[in-house]
Amino acid sequence: MKKNTNELLIKNGRVIDPLNGIDKVADVLIKSGKIEKIGSISAAQADVPEGCIIDAAGMFVTPGLIDMHVHFREPGDEEEETIASGSAAAVAGGFTSVVCMPNTDPTIQDETSIEFVHRMGRQARKTHVYVMGALTKDRQGVELAEMGLMAKAGAVGFTDDGNGIQNAAVMAKCLKYASMFGLVVSQHCQDNSLAGGGVMNSGYNSTILGLPGISPLAEELMLWRDIQLVKSIKTRYHAQHLSTAGSMDIIRKAKEDGLPVTCEVSPHHLLLTDDTIEEYDTNYKMNPPLRTAADIAAIKQAIKDGCIDALATDHAPHLESEKELEFLYAPFGIVGLECALGLYIKALIKDGTIDWPRLIAMMTCNPAKIIGIDSFKGSLSVDKWGDVTIFDPNEKWTVDVNKFISKSKNCPYHGWELEGKVKYTIVGGEIRYRDCGTNAR
Amino acid sequence: MADKFKWTRKHLLGLRDFSRQEIEYVLDTADSFSEVNQRTIKKVPALRGKVIVNMFFEDSTRTRNSFSIAAGRLSADVVEFTKKASAISKGETLLDTARNLEAMGIDIVVIRHEAAGTAKLLSRSINASIINAGDGYNEHPTQALLDVYTIRKHRGSLDGLKIGIVGDIAHSRVARSNIYAMTKLGAEVTLIGPPTLMPPQVSKLPVKVSYDLDEVIEHLDVINMLRIQFERLASNPFPSKREYSRFFGLTDERMQRAKKDIIVIHPGPMNRGLEIESSVADGPNSLILQQVTNGIAVRMAVLFLVSTASK
Amino acid sequence: MLVLNKEQIAHAIELMACQIINSIDSQTDIAVVGIRKKGIYVGQRLAELLSKKLGRPIDCGSTDITLYRDDIHDPEKVLQIGTTDIRFDVNDRTIILVDDVLHTGRSCRAAMDCVIEFGRPAAIRLAALIDRGNREFPIQADYIGHHLEVRPNETVAVSLEECDGTDEVRVVASN
Repeated sequence: MKKNTNELLIKNGRVIDPLNGIDKVADVLIKSGKIEKIGSISAAQADVPEGCIIDAAGMFVTPGLIDMHVHFREPGDEEEETIASGSAAAVAGGFTSVVCMPNTDPTIQDETSIEFVHRMGRQARKTHVYVMGALTKDRQGVELAEMGLMAKAGAVGFTDDGNGIQNAAVMAKCLKYASMFGLVVSQHCQDNSLAGGGVMNSGYNSTILGLPGISPLAEELMLWRDIQLVKSIKTRYHAQHLSTAGSMDIIRKAKEDGLPVTCEVSPHHLLLTDDTIEEYDTNYKMNPPLRTAADIAAIKQAIKDGCIDALATDHAPHLESEKELEFLYAPFGIVGLECALGLYIKALIKDGTIDWPRLIAMMTCNPAKIIGIDSFKGSLSVDKWGDVTIFDPNEKWTVDVNKFISKSKNCPYHGWELEGKVKYTIVGGEIRYRDCGTNAR
Repeated sequence: MADKFKWTRKHLLGLRDFSRQEIEYVLDTADSFSEVNQRTIKKVPALRGKVIVNMFFEDSTRTRNSFSIAAGRLSADVVEFTKKASAISKGETLLDTARNLEAMGIDIVVIRHEAAGTAKLLSRSINASIINAGDGYNEHPTQALLDVYTIRKHRGSLDGLKIGIVGDIAHSRVARSNIYAMTKLGAEVTLIGPPTLMPPQVSKLPVKVSYDLDEVIEHLDVINMLRIQFERLASNPFPSKREYSRFFGLTDERMQRAKKDIIVIHPGPMNRGLEIESSVADGPNSLILQQVTNGIAVRMAVLFLVSTASK
Repeated sequence: MLVLNKEQIAHAIELMACQIINSIDSQTDIAVVGIRKKGIYVGQRLAELLSKKLGRPIDCGSTDITLYRDDIHDPEKVLQIGTTDIRFDVNDRTIILVDDVLHTGRSCRAAMDCVIEFGRPAAIRLAALIDRGNREFPIQADYIGHHLEVRPNETVAVSLEECDGTDEVRVVASN
């Protein structure tokens, strides 16, 4: 079809724009890379160039999906993933914006690194790449990182992800200092004294398998501590990849108290339990670890109650050679960008936990607000960036990791039957991904 | 000049409970001593025969020398005391040291110590007049007095002036004394710095607080830069020198946006290039060297006044 | 009790001026330094008169003797320090100290100590508007405007227009 311009007319799709309360069949017009109109628009009215009309009949048309927690291993581990390959994987998954974590090598902790990531993202010309800077130097949890200079360079938040800030006084200092910049402080909640050298959830399964476990308290204790700090320091705080029922209670209370606290969950914590580790397959090894069915149920209930703000993959690429180790020694993490949407649909839509607008909100306007890009992304209001995701909610497909665009294939989803396939990913009015699979038009 | 105002303070421990009248009295007295400091022979016999002990437990060039010179110009005898060369290093307590000196006949003790409240402790324990030259994070009254004296000399009065104090407020005794002195003389004080360098509940003092120097600088009549202290801190409340100076340093560029006649003061010693650029420190708005000169007159005034109230 | 009125005060100052002129060579380099508060104004008037008569400007300054007083450490005294203002060179000149009332002589002693801090005058002379006797120090005035017999328990109160709004000298009983 197409000459790549930044003008598009998307016709006949079911437009779901949760921020603006839209859920109806309508046309979407993008001009000069910005949303111009939603409604009933004829081709003549649209006045877009030849080949810039998409017929989205039977599909969903949503604001571009946002994943606020991914690991692109650049700089340092480019063989696992680069910003270019990660961006390509992201648009294949329907994501028009992602937020990179700073646990690269060297750590992203100064303005030069922030600018580097932005530049590589621009060059890749796929998804829009944002980045969070480190909270502390080398993520050691001791000395503050240069948050001010990173904020000026465009960081959208700060985190030591991979590590949690162990020392309460340091965390208090981080919250205080970060409050000057209005950016979110994001925490990987893990008290190392309780996590020990654990590699999976601490429970019956870890006993049977003979592996050291990570107690749920390791997550809950730090989360609770941080909430107490936020009560007096009142900086915006975001809890990453929550995984336990106990954490759900803490978050629920924090929100009831009106604190500026948000949180995210990952697809694997909605679908997999620690029962899966039976075979010592390291594709089931991640941090926080897979928990129990009761935890999954509690998380789903929290989602239903509106306590969870965002869904994020925590896309963590590793080489086969790296994961092909003893369970005890393999690195944590799995990829997820390219099947995320299908996984969320499987976990939350299929059993009626939530409806479509709610799901889309957790992938668009909610994360946009947390990272402060909601004035120009996350919804289809007029003049917002022309970031749109078009997917077929009913199309069935089988996950084949060998067809992944990401450099790394480490995940447990190979062979899974999913429903919901991304057809077009549009960034700033440009089609940056088009599904060329069997059902493509 | 206050009529019939009688100076009653035997000690100068801090400015927190000083009245406006008392502060102005010190400044008026300092005017007389300023004149003495212009003469060829800068000496008056006012404190002849009196013994002043400079008891400095922390390193200092400025304050210590300033007090020495001030005492000398009043014809007093000065005893210099350093911790290293004293019996303190052999384990003698502060009070024992002070009482020993008292037994030799001393009139005034000028004390600088790393523990807040030391001056007060001494004032309760020995008969001499005590002048606080800086106790921990508590107060540094003579610095504040010479700061407001310098501003008053330049502008006539502090009433209505907008003064910004920038830097490590949490660990600064100069900031605290200045807050008391400046507000009592009618100035409007704004504390500026990162939240990690503000003491808890500081807004209960009669001050404004801002974390954004660029926002407030154009409104200020006086900007009081504090030294960022590396040597005192256990762990850093800000990430790096370059980040601090980008956000809170007094640069040429920020001076362009300030009032043309803004006064720049700094208690010293300066970290050139960190909290203040050299061109600003040495520039036309800076009264930093005048502060030092005025410091002698103010300290002469303070030494003189406490000796008149000693009974 | 009023002892001198405005005209009489003016006459006394005139008298001192004549005494001064008679005692010096026409080219003698003189300068006037007033003592303390009221001596300053008497000194200024005297200096003006002298310049008129001599036909040349006469330097005039003032000294605050608080820092030189011998009772500086007296707990009963309420001290108010003023400023000394001597902007001219005192070296090799005849300095005429001027006070409103000469009594014990201590103020003059203090004033001399202050003046010699500024240099080495050729000579120091003392002019007093009122001499009330009862010296405690061996100090005599060279030029006197008016003698007064005053009992020890009485005070000589001098009022001058420059600071009190009126010119008069009164003797009052002190308590």
